[in-house]
Formats: sequence, C-alpha cells, structure tokens
Amino acid sequence: MNAPERIAALQGLGDARLRKEDARFIQGKGNYVDDIKLPGLLHMDIVRSPLAHARIKSIDKSEALKVPGVIAVLTAEDLKPLKLHWMPTLAGDVAAVLADGKVHFQMQEVAVVIAEDRYAAADGVEAVQVEYEELPVVIDPFAALEPGAPVLREDLAGKTEGAHGAREHHNHIFTWEAGDKAAADAAFASAPVTVKERIFYPRVHPCPLETCGCVASFDPVRGELTTWMTSQAPHVVRTVVSLLSGLPESKIRIVSPDIGGGFGNKVGVYPGYVCAIVASIVLGKPVKWIEDRIENISTTAFARDYHMDGELAATPDGKILGLRVDVIADHGAFDACADPTKYPAGLFHICSGSYDIPAAWCRVKGVYTNKAPGGVAYRCSFRVTEAVYVIERMVDILAQKLGIDKAEIRARNFIRKEQFPYHSPFGFEYDSGDYHTALKKVLDTCDYPGLRAEQAKKRADPNSPTLMGIGLVTFTEVVGAGPSKMCDILGVGMFDSCEIRVHPTGSAIARMGTITQGQGHQTTYAQIIATELGIPSEVIQVEEGDTSTAPYGLGTYGSRSTPVAGAAIALAARKIHAKARKIAAHLLEVGENDLDWEIDRFKVKGDDAKFKTMKDIAWAAYHQAPPGLEPGLEAVHYYDPPNFTYPFGIYLCVVDIDRGTGETQVRRFYALDDCGTRINPMIIEGQIHGGLTEGYAVAMGQQMPFDAQGNLLGNTLMDYFLPTAVETPKWETDFTVTPSPHHPIGAKGVAESPHVGSIPTFTAAVVDAFAHLGVKHMTMPHSAYRVWKQLKESGVAL
Amino acid sequence: MGKKLVTVKVNGRTVEKAVEPRQLLVHFLREECSLTGAHIGCETSHCGACTVDIDGKSVKSCTHLAVQCEGSEVLTVEGLAQGGVLHAVQEGFYKEHGLQCGFCTPGMLMRAYRFLQENPNPTEDEVRAGMSGNLCRCTGYQNIVKAVLYAAAKLQATAKEAA
Repeated sequence: MNAPERIAALQGLGDARLRKEDARFIQGKGNYVDDIKLPGLLHMDIVRSPLAHARIKSIDKSEALKVPGVIAVLTAEDLKPLKLHWMPTLAGDVAAVLADGKVHFQMQEVAVVIAEDRYAAADGVEAVQVEYEELPVVIDPFAALEPGAPVLREDLAGKTEGAHGAREHHNHIFTWEAGDKAAADAAFASAPVTVKERIFYPRVHPCPLETCGCVASFDPVRGELTTWMTSQAPHVVRTVVSLLSGLPESKIRIVSPDIGGGFGNKVGVYPGYVCAIVASIVLGKPVKWIEDRIENISTTAFARDYHMDGELAATPDGKILGLRVDVIADHGAFDACADPTKYPAGLFHICSGSYDIPAAWCRVKGVYTNKAPGGVAYRCSFRVTEAVYVIERMVDILAQKLGIDKAEIRARNFIRKEQFPYHSPFGFEYDSGDYHTALKKVLDTCDYPGLRAEQAKKRADPNSPTLMGIGLVTFTEVVGAGPSKMCDILGVGMFDSCEIRVHPTGSAIARMGTITQGQGHQTTYAQIIATELGIPSEVIQVEEGDTSTAPYGLGTYGSRSTPVAGAAIALAARKIHAKARKIAAHLLEVGENDLDWEIDRFKVKGDDAKFKTMKDIAWAAYHQAPPGLEPGLEAVHYYDPPNFTYPFGIYLCVVDIDRGTGETQVRRFYALDDCGTRINPMIIEGQIHGGLTEGYAVAMGQQMPFDAQGNLLGNTLMDYFLPTAVETPKWETDFTVTPSPHHPIGAKGVAESPHVGSIPTFTAAVVDAFAHLGVKHMTMPHSAYRVWKQLKESGVAL
Repeated sequence: MGKKLVTVKVNGRTVEKAVEPRQLLVHFLREECSLTGAHIGCETSHCGACTVDIDGKSVKSCTHLAVQCEGSEVLTVEGLAQGGVLHAVQEGFYKEHGLQCGFCTPGMLMRAYRFLQENPNPTEDEVRAGMSGNLCRCTGYQNIVKAVLYAAAKLQATAKEAA
C-alpha cells in the first residue's frame, strides 16, 4: 500500500469513520441498565411526596407489606442507623435520601418499596400511607430571601457558614463573585453609555430518553458490591459509595454500561441509587431501580434557573468598557449543583464572552426554594449557557440602544486573533481564537446585508403577515475541566486518564476514565490512537465505565472528554510510541535517531526498504524484548490539563413570526463551530445537530412552571416540550480550525457548544423581530402563546 | 391477579407465556422474552422508543397489553436482520450516523421499517411526519431523515433488481 492508502486504512484522526457502537444498537443488543437481569433480582419503587413543603406526621407501611410480592418498605428511620438518610452532594451541601421528618419539594423520595417485580412494587407504593402537615411553600427565589420567609432547611439551623462561605439568611446558600468590582464600578461611573436588563434563564430539564436507574448487587459472601448505573462519573461514584458505606473501594465495582443519553442529568448521585444499594445490602439480593419519566423530570437534576441582572458600559461607538452581572440562582431545596468544588456558580465568570472588556465583575447568590435540586446539567459546561446568554443578550441591547448593527458591534469588540492567549477580566486565559474570520464567513454565506435589507422592506410594509427576525450570536465556550489547581470534584483533581495495551499480534485494547453516553468515544478514541500508533482504529477496542478495569477518571460532562481524556489518550500512545522506537532501533540495528516514523512504521533514514511496522514491533515486544526493556507494549497516562480549551462559534438564525398566531418559524439556522483539530467530522456534526435541537427546545418551548402551592406543572411529555422531526429545523453547519496550542492534538471540546450558543441565537432572532417596535428582550420560552402576547402588547397582532 | 395464557409469534417464533392481564406488551417483550431492544422512554405514550410491528402496524408497545396480542405476529428490532444481513433501515441508520446513544434507535428502526412499506418513496417532509411518533434526544433528526431516505433508495433498488 502507498502512503495515502495506509493513512486511509487507519481510519484515524480526521476520518469521518462510521461508528463501532452502531452494530449492537441497531440490532437491539445494547446493554442498558434496565436490560440487566440477575438471579433473584428484586425491584424497587419510590413513595414520593404529593406536597412541596410539609412535615411528615406518620408513615404506615402495614398495608403495603400485605401486597402480594412486596418484600420490604424502607423509610428514613431505616437509613438513620447507617447515617444514610442524608447524603453529601457535589456542591458541598447535603440532600435527604429519604425525607427525614419533612419534605422539601413535591415528588421528593419519602419511602421505598422492594418487591418481586415492578408491578408489585408499584402496588406497594400505592398502599403506603403517609400523613402530612402542610407548611408554607417558597417558590420565588427573591421571596425566599425576605426576612419573614419560611425556613426550608431546618437541618441547617444556626449554620451561618456554608460550603461556599457566609450565609446571610436561612434560605441563602452562598454568594460568589469574580472580577474587579471597583474597576467595573469605575467604568460604569464614567461611561457615556450604559444599559441594564433583567435576563431570566428559565428552569428546564435535560430529559434524556433513558431515565436514571441502577441495579445494585451486594454479595454478602464476598462482601462485595457491584452496581450498574446510569452514571456519567462511575469512578467518582465508587469513591463516594466507599466513603458512605465504609466498604473499601477495592470491593466496590461501579459499572456504567450503555447509557441512553446523559446530557448532564446523570452526573450526580440520586436517592434512588442509594436506596437500591442499601436495600441490596439489607436483603442480600440484587435490587433494580428504574425511574419513570415523570420522576425523572420532577426530581433529577434540572438546568438553569438563573435570574441575571446584566449591565454594560460603553462608548457611543459601541466599544464596551465594563460589564456587571448580578445573579439570583434558584437551586431548589438542597444544593446538589454539579460543579468543581471551588466554583458554586460554575464557570459563569466566562460571561465576558468573545469580547475584550477591560473591567468586569459578576456575583451569584444561590437560594433555597421548595423545588428539586440541580442547576448544572443539559450541556451547560458549568453555567456557560447562562454566561453566554447574558453577554449575548446584553450586547444586542447595547447595539439597539446605540443604533449599531449587531454584527458590527460584535466585530468592534472581539478579542483579536493576535491577542491570544488572552487574559480575560475574570482571569481565564483563552487559548486561541479567530472570531473575525469566522464571523465574516457566516455573514457572507448567509448574505447578511441581503437579510437586513429584506427585513427593512418587511418592516416598512404594514400588511406583512409575518415579522422577520435575525439572530446572531458569537460565543466562546470553556470546556475541559480542568487544571487540578483550580478544579476538583469532592477533592479529586479533575484530571483524566487512558490505558492502552497493544497485543502481541498488533491489535489493542484501550480504556479511559471517561464514559460515553452516545458521543461516540468508542469510535473517536480509537481514531486518536490509530493515528498515534499506526494501528487501524478498527482493531483498537475502547472501553469505559467499569471501575474495576478502566483507569480512574472524572467522567464525561462539561465536554471534557476530548480536552482531558483525549489528551491522556494521545500521551499514553506517545509513551508506547517511544518504546516502539527503541524496539524498532534494536530490530533494525540502528540508532533511534536514524529512524523516521511514517504512518504505521519506523523506517531507516535514507533506506525505504528497511523498516518495522507497529505490528512487527508489537510482536517483538512479546517475543523477545530488547535488553533493558520490559516485555510487552503498553502505557498509562493521567493528564492534568494546563488550561481549559476555548472553542467558539458564530450562529445565525432567521425567523418568521406569524402575526396572527404568534407561531415562530425558523427559516434558517447556520452554525459555524471551531473546536480546533477535528477528530471525526461526522460525529461532530451529529453532536451539533443534537445540541441545536436542544437549543430550539429550550428557547422555543421548554419550561418547568410551579404553581403557588409548589406543584410542578407540565412534568410529563404531555406538556414538557421535546421536538419531533416535524418541529425540528434543518441545520446548516460549518467550521473553521483554530487548534488549542496546549492540547496534545490541538483538539477542543465541542459537544455543548451547539446548546450553549443556539439558545441566545433563537432569543436574539425572536427579539430582533420586535426590535423596531422598541422591544429589547423577551423571556424564554418563545412559545406561540407567549410570542402572541408580545404581538398584542406591541400592537402588531393580526 | 390471575394469569392468562398468551400465544404470540415474535420474530417468527411462537412464544407461549402465562401473563397478568395488566402486563404491558413492552414488559412482556423485555422481561418475559428477553428482547430488550425495545425501550421505555416515557409513560404517556409519546416517545415511541417501544415501537414494534404488530400484524403489519407500528404500535407503541407501552400502550398495548400482552394479552391483546393473542395470535398476533410481532416483529421487534431483533428480528430485522436476516441471516446476519442488516435490513436496509439498519444499514441506513449506520451509514448516515442516524444514532448516537442508541436508545431511540430500535423504535425508530421499527417505525422506519413499516413507514417505508406505507410510503416507499417518501419526500423529506413525509419522512419527518411519518416518523413523528418517535422522539430522539441525540441526533436532531437530520441524519435520521437521511437514514430513512437511504433505506428507501436501497429498498427501491433491491425491488428493481428483483423485478
């Protein structure tokens, strides 16, 4: 084979190779948690609170225990001796596993029923009698902070210090700030132009198609616990389970099998997992827990719920001088927000965006309410969704006030290509970027001036049946948490890892500390190794998710797999490559420096006929290792990233709004993403399509409203908006390539970019449709009803 | 609750089981028959992850009782490939990257299998409408549409060859 053929045969870096995962999934041979069957398997179901805030007066198990097939009913009283009625969260707070004396939100876990099958378990749940005494509810986070607001967390009584500093009120969780307040205030004091707006990012839910669940199996003879679960971070879960249960980590095996989508919903530990594990330990039998959709939407990690007061200071020609953002964050009843320990508001301080802003400050205040825990989930990259939303909305509002074109004002404020690595006013060091080139590409492709001309014409025509809006967002992401000096999960530095073993006959097995939930790691990780080692990706087997076999890693969320594990993979492969060179030099009887690496072989410089392929070398490593070298050919690498990666994107959306109905039609959506080196363009495109569709869902229809009694409304697919193929717009994608200079293969994360970037793009387009009527901002979701109300208010409804 | 004997042909094989009358077909397939390809994504009959083919119709098996299938022919994703050869819809989803996590895939495939018999030469809009009982959280549907069109073309070509 000639060189291009040998490169093609590898199906390595950059190849749009088809997925290795597909064969099993298209034949129904995936292995998801609920597919698991074990001898003696029992089923657990959960008794949940009908009320948002109430004291539990009594729980009567007696009728439930009479239900045929029911084996046990557990309440907080049964967990207390094990100190498991409360559990620690990733945010440094605690959460009730089973309600201990009172319930803090509707649908909260109150008791569990274990039965022979799921039907009997459901019957048992119906038969458990719980008597409640209602308490006043707190739904509005602003009201929560009023002096006379009801006390939600009685367990924290007298605690003026939380995990993230002082607490100034019984419903106050933390206050966190970043940036230079004095500098920002000074900029605002002297700026000729300032704008301010309250921007609410509504509570939504990641709603993976597969809900959360587990099969816990404690073997009382061996004293070992195995738990298959829907976890995006199985090693972290193993450590947590060890700390809570007292079992050594060596006797705990957590397995994330195939996961039917995670989207950040499956990062944390839910009470259901804990109860199934306890039940299995108590009963000595495997216990399965699979929640249904209503439970998933109602009680697992929600996303967003940020009330953001954004402010920009600027010159009259639109140069931004200062940024201030003040946020009230609704975290629900317990702070279980998944974040690196030191960042209770995630990486929200990326909110200076793609712009060179000299002075900036932000503050986030977290508040308890009678709602389920969560906050960080749904492709948010640790609150980057909110950060990008607020800055992009504010730039639009500034542009509107100054009468400057929205593309033009962005180009005027962009961090220029030559400014990278760029130090943001919040202390981030953006790795690389070329925003101007990408913006020009999008504006040219979409004929932006032509669109604005068409819009002007429509606006001039009072009889136009539709309003036309053009949304433009130019965002910078921050993914790949992260440097251990900054980032840890419950004290564990946020590195990740890879172990590669090359077999005697030249194939390889590789395992990583991440865990795919559909992003294609089993394909793309093999591609990285294929190019590094010259072994076809087809014969590189990739596994993740089993804590007994895979190296320790922090899991997959925050688009960290490519930045962190992707780096570990390349560096582990390079360790193998270095040893392979030594072996090749020995075999060819030349010095190591006399060898050139070419695709899949080392060859002697100046003599094409003398070479050893990686396959030859693998055999030699096992057959007779050169003196001074261990036999075998394998390596491990744990990678502590020096920095995050900062992919970026330019998104443009055109909408037409029906003045009669308020329905918004997406005419065009163009998404340019730059994530540096592209491992597999086909898979990136699929990630983009999925992320844009989520963005459409969030911006145009999803919400989780609570009534005054604290009832969650619309918590099933009856109302919770998930678009079908009919509603979902057609996506156009594009890219540029600006590699990350600090990453071993120049690759940045990307999977959350489409969600992060598209949501403000939809809002920008909808608001832009009303901009000529003086509308500055509209709160999501932009459903037909809500947009129709704006049409009425603006006097343009037909 | 008294059990009732039910005889169903699943993927061409006769299955006889005693089941509770309230047992949903999806649980019958997954738990009694160990055919775990069909999935459960909701309890309001929206997502279509449980779609199987019953007597020539696409049916959400979470909204159908096992005892209603007495004497029926049921086809699940496990029965699509013949003699180790993928069906055109499976090949289409593979070639066009029409799946990511794979959870909606079995339902999508079973729906596409029937849809292309209802409408062998669909337009893109017809595919979107024809597949609208199936929710997907990963793909944004665009590649699923391509996959179904791929399968349509392949089936047409095969039919032409046969004729």
